[in-house]
Parts: sequence; C-alpha cells; structure tokens
Amino acid sequence: MASISGNNPLSGPYSEGKELKQVCMASMTTTQHPSGAANYVEISDLTFMRGDRVIYKDVNIAIPKGKVTAIMGPSGTGKTTLLRLIGGQLKPDQGRIVVDGHNVPDLGRTELFEVRSKMGMLFQSGALFTDLSVYENVAFPLRVHTDLPEDMIRDIVLMKLQAVGLRGASHLMPSELSGGMARRAALARAIALDPELVMYDEPFAGQDPMAMGVVVQLIRLLNDALGHTSIVVSHDVQETASIADYIYVISGGEVIGQGTADEVLNSELPRVRQFMQGLPDGPVPFHFPAPSLEDDFLRGRSL
Amino acid sequence: MRVRTLELAVGGFMLIGLLAIIFLALRVSGLSMNASEETYRVVAKFENIGGLTVRAKVTMAGVTIGRVSNIYLDQEDFVGVVEMDIYQQFDNLSSDTSAAILTAGVLGEKYIGLIQGAELDNLVDGSEIYNTQSALVLEDLIAKFLVGRVSDEP
Amino acid sequence: MIDRIAALGRSGLELLEALGRSGMVLFHALWAWPNLRTTFPLLVKQIYAVGVLSMVIIVVSGLFIGMVLALQGYNILNRYGSEQALGQMVALTLLRELGPVVTALLFAGRAGSALTAEIGLMKTTEQLASMEMIGVDPLRRIVSPRFWAGAICMPTLALIFSSVGVLGAYAVGVLWLGVDGGSFWSNMQNSVEWGDDVLNGVIKSVVFGVVVTWIAVFQGYDTVPTSEGISRATTRTVVYASLAVLGLDFILTAVMFGEL
Repeated sequence: MASISGNNPLSGPYSEGKELKQVCMASMTTTQHPSGAANYVEISDLTFMRGDRVIYKDVNIAIPKGKVTAIMGPSGTGKTTLLRLIGGQLKPDQGRIVVDGHNVPDLGRTELFEVRSKMGMLFQSGALFTDLSVYENVAFPLRVHTDLPEDMIRDIVLMKLQAVGLRGASHLMPSELSGGMARRAALARAIALDPELVMYDEPFAGQDPMAMGVVVQLIRLLNDALGHTSIVVSHDVQETASIADYIYVISGGEVIGQGTADEVLNSELPRVRQFMQGLPDGPVPFHFPAPSLEDDFLRGRSL
Repeated sequence: MRVRTLELAVGGFMLIGLLAIIFLALRVSGLSMNASEETYRVVAKFENIGGLTVRAKVTMAGVTIGRVSNIYLDQEDFVGVVEMDIYQQFDNLSSDTSAAILTAGVLGEKYIGLIQGAELDNLVDGSEIYNTQSALVLEDLIAKFLVGRVSDEP
Repeated sequence: MIDRIAALGRSGLELLEALGRSGMVLFHALWAWPNLRTTFPLLVKQIYAVGVLSMVIIVVSGLFIGMVLALQGYNILNRYGSEQALGQMVALTLLRELGPVVTALLFAGRAGSALTAEIGLMKTTEQLASMEMIGVDPLRRIVSPRFWAGAICMPTLALIFSSVGVLGAYAVGVLWLGVDGGSFWSNMQNSVEWGDDVLNGVIKSVVFGVVVTWIAVFQGYDTVPTSEGISRATTRTVVYASLAVLGLDFILTAVMFGEL
C-alpha cells in the first residue's frame, strides 16, 4: 500500500475508495496509516484559499503516531500554512483536520487552547519572547498551564535545556544567542509541556552545517526518547530524508508523492524526482512563463 | 532587583502624577479643602438678568460670598429668577438686602452684588430678595436717552 | 467610471472591516482586565515603558510651552495694561487645550509608535503566533496590558504637562518679566474652575489616551509581517492618532465649553 501515488489527490492511502474516509468520519477513531501505525493527525479533503489563490485543493494527509513525518515541497507552497491549519490558527475553507480525535476547525476558543496545550511548535525564526530570558521562555508554558511550585518548574526547565544542550545559557537573553542556539532554546520551550505532537517549521533553514546537524539529531532523538509525534516541514531534502519515517511531497496545492524516505528519493514520478534530486529543469520549468524569445527580442527591431 | 527598580520608577511616576493633580487643584484652580462648604439658597427676581451665567460670583462689598446656582424664567410674571447659594458663614444678611446685577470692568463678566439692608431679620434658606436692580442693558439706556431728547425738543 | 465607484466601495468595505477588527481587539483587551493577579506585573512593566519613559519629553515640552505662552501672552496683555491676567490666560490655555492635546500628540509620537513597532515586531518574528500555539491569547498577554497602561499614563502625563507649564509660565512671567506674583496666582485661582477646567481637561486626556493607544496597539496587531509593514504601521499610528486627537478635541471642546 505504501506505494508512490500519482497526481490524483484522491488516490494514495485512500485509493481503496472513499469508504475508508467515510469510516473515519463516522467513527472518529484513529485509522491505520499505510506505514502501519495509528494516525495522530488526519487531514481529509482540505481546501484552503487565500483570497482567490488556491493554497490547498482536496489534500489528504495522515500523520502516524509516534513517527517523524516530513512535509516537503518547494518554497511558497504553503507548508507553514499547513502547520497553522493543524494548530487552528487558520481556518480551512473545506475539509476536516482531526487531531487526536478533535476536528480542529470546529473547536471553540477554550477547547482549541486545550488541544494546543498538547502541541508544541518550533517556528522558523525560533520566536523566542524577546523580553524574557531563555529560562523564562522555557518556563512560560509551564507557568501558564500548570500550578507547579517554582522549584519544580526550575527542575523541568533545566532538564529540557539540558536535553538541547543549553543548560549553561539559561540566564541569557534571546538577543544574545546565535541562530542555532535560539532554535534549540525554542525547541526546549516547545517540548516543555511534554506535548504529544511537535511541529517543526523549516527547522534547518538558514543554519550552518554544524547547527543543522545538531537539530537533525535532536528531532530524531527527542521523538524516540519522548515518544511524541513529529511533523517536520522542510525543503532540505537530505537532512529531512535522513530522519523522516514517512514523507509527503506537496506542490501546487496538492500531494504529488508520498512514501518512506527511500521510496520518495527513488521515485520515478517526474515532479517528485525533480524536487528531490534538485534538477533545475523538469515539469516545473526553469523559465517563468514568458512570451517566446523571438517575440520579445525581435519585436523592437521590426518596428 | 531589576523588577524592583522598575516598580520604584512606576511608583515615582504615579506619585508625580498625584502631586501634579494636587498642585492643579490647590494652587491653580484654588480649590479649597472645604469645597463642599455648607450653603443656603436664596432667590431673587430680576426684570432682566442681561448675560448673567450660572456659577457667577455673588459678592458683598466686593467679597465673594456665594455663587449663582440656577437661572430660569418665571412663566407667570415673566421675570428672570436667579437662585444663589450663599456660604453658610454669611448667615446674618438682613431680609431687606438688595441685589444688583453688576459688571466687572467695562467688558468683564456679570456678577451679583448684594448690599446689606437694615431689617433685624436675616435671610434664611429659601428666602427671596425683593429689592432687586436689573442689569443695565445698553440698548435700553440708549433708547431712553433718545426718547428723553425727543420729548424735550418742542 | 464604474471602476472608480467600485474602488470607492471596496475601500469603504475595507475601512468597515478594519473598524470591526479593531473593535474586536479593543473588546478583547478590555475583557482581559479582570485577571488582576497575572496582569498586574505586566501592567507595571508597560506603565514603565509607556509612561515613565515618556516623562522627560513631556516635562521638557511642558516647561517650554509654558514659558513661551507667558512670553507671548505678556506682550499682548501688556498692551492693554492687564498683565495680571497672565496666570489666568496661561492656566486656562494649558488645562483646557494645550495640556491634553500636546501631550496626546507627543504621546502618539513617543509611546504610540513604540507600541506599534514592538507589537508589529512580535508579530513579524512569530512571537504572537507562538504564544497562541502555547495556548496563551496574545490579546490578553500582550495587547491588554499595553492598552491599559496607555489609558492610565496619558492623563497622568497631561497633568504633569499642565503643572510644569504653569510653573514655566510663573518663572518667565513673575521671576523674569516682573508680573506681580500675588496677582498671578489669585487671578488664576479666580478664573480656573476645578470641575470645568481641570476635570474636563482630565476627561479629554483620558479619551485621547484610550484612542491613541487603541490605534497604536491595533496597528501593531494588524501589521503586515514584514519590515516594510512595521514601518508603515508605525507611520500610520502617528498620523491616524494625531488626526483623531485633533478631531476629537474639537468635538469634546464643543460639548464641554460650547455653551460658554
């Protein structure tokens, strides 16, 4: 079943037809993922528009529990938007986004904040609160969501910082951290509440190779050690492929390919191949659509 | 420690604000602490109140002893009724006190001037001042003057 | 032609939509007040940022405006031999108009633009989004304390401005130009009314404070999350807030003093 599917968004894990979808809608229980695990997040028939621009059209994605799932695709395809949809910060025009049995778009404010407390998200820029120290940043979710005494918060914060290797930097302000350190500190904050789902928004973008290696390792290690579900959104092929259990490739508002890292890397589908192997020309042309060369260059002369 | 200096600064800021409002109240607007001073109310009817306004001063011998609290038209006699609050400490104004609407300077504001009478009874809350002199209205004066001249001619 | 009308309609709709959104922001900010325990430390921090840091500019401009008023007023009043009325003129001008209005304009430039830039930067660096994902409403945590701090600080600053202005006028009028100190104060006290002049001035500055801060936090919260967006939002805050202050000042003056 875990084969690479084509352009048709209705094929893929649901290629047996719509019955499967009907079942999961009716029962709201987690269904089996092609890779064999139960699903923590299920996105079905998602359509999202921004103004007149279609970002997603009838997209189906399933995130298996306890695994690292990667969402890959060229820049500008709205991968971050997908995470925001899962987090309930944006509302889809159509479709369901079921997280741990709750359909996120239907949730009220309070329930939404409750579901979010089970999610951790690492933003592209880290998004540390600039007016709080690293320590306070990590302690922030604990203070908001728990009534733990101060010494216990301290223990948890230092533990999380130790996990990302920044225990010694707990007193620094975010402005004093390097980009890689800021992202690790943000990661410590994202896992402060031991979330069931951690979302990484472009965790590798703009990092030097060493910092990138650290983050790559951390994502895998934390996923296995803490047993949460991870979603990694990225366009860095090699790093992502090295840690992902399952990969979705998104382009032009639809899923153009999916499978395990090997399957996707060796895919014969032209659009997937072009993206994964970084070929400059292919189904996505090198040239932005333009009138033909002769027209553009010769028109001036013929006048 | 940093939080403490912050709180101190905010506390100081609030204190300065408080000082400012006290300064404005006492020194600038001359609000005395006994602002809600006891008063008693007397009324007076004038043929013409000519530009007198509410909260105008009520004086006696140039000393402020009260404020005009209300002005309205008596719809039976068609005269202007002026209610004034006199401070309680001036409780020995005689019942035949006379009231006049005066002007401070040539272009100044209108105020009421009271002149002590001779009766032994005093004005009390609700009393009326019968002896009143209306405001001088320039047009009336000019008209009177002209009419007088015309009637003198022949 | 039809395009023009359509464009007009569209901008009208956009304006309405922005008003609606800013109303929502205001509503949430107000709604968030009752949680005193967690809000209070944040509020203190914001009063520091909005009020204490604006104090230098307020005190200095108050002093100079008071001094200039005294100088100009003396020259005019002296011609009519009524320079004793200097205190009255300066105090009334400051309390009724210049205190609230100039403070509000300075406040929009100093604190309002800073608020907008700060919140806009938080939005651009995804801090607001990450706060939301942690399960904290940024309207409560970020916008509300800033809004209340503005509403509290603005009248305080206006009072300080007026007081310093009067002292500046005293310095120039009495100490330098030789107006009699006694008549300076007594004339002032005779004509300035606590309720009519001082309190109305305070009411004005409360209204200005609410409006300026509202515009500032909304522009910040509604920023297009780019560096260009922040700079545009900051400019808009200063422009809109200044226009709103001047317009509202006319309306408030008409309501408060129109009868006189």
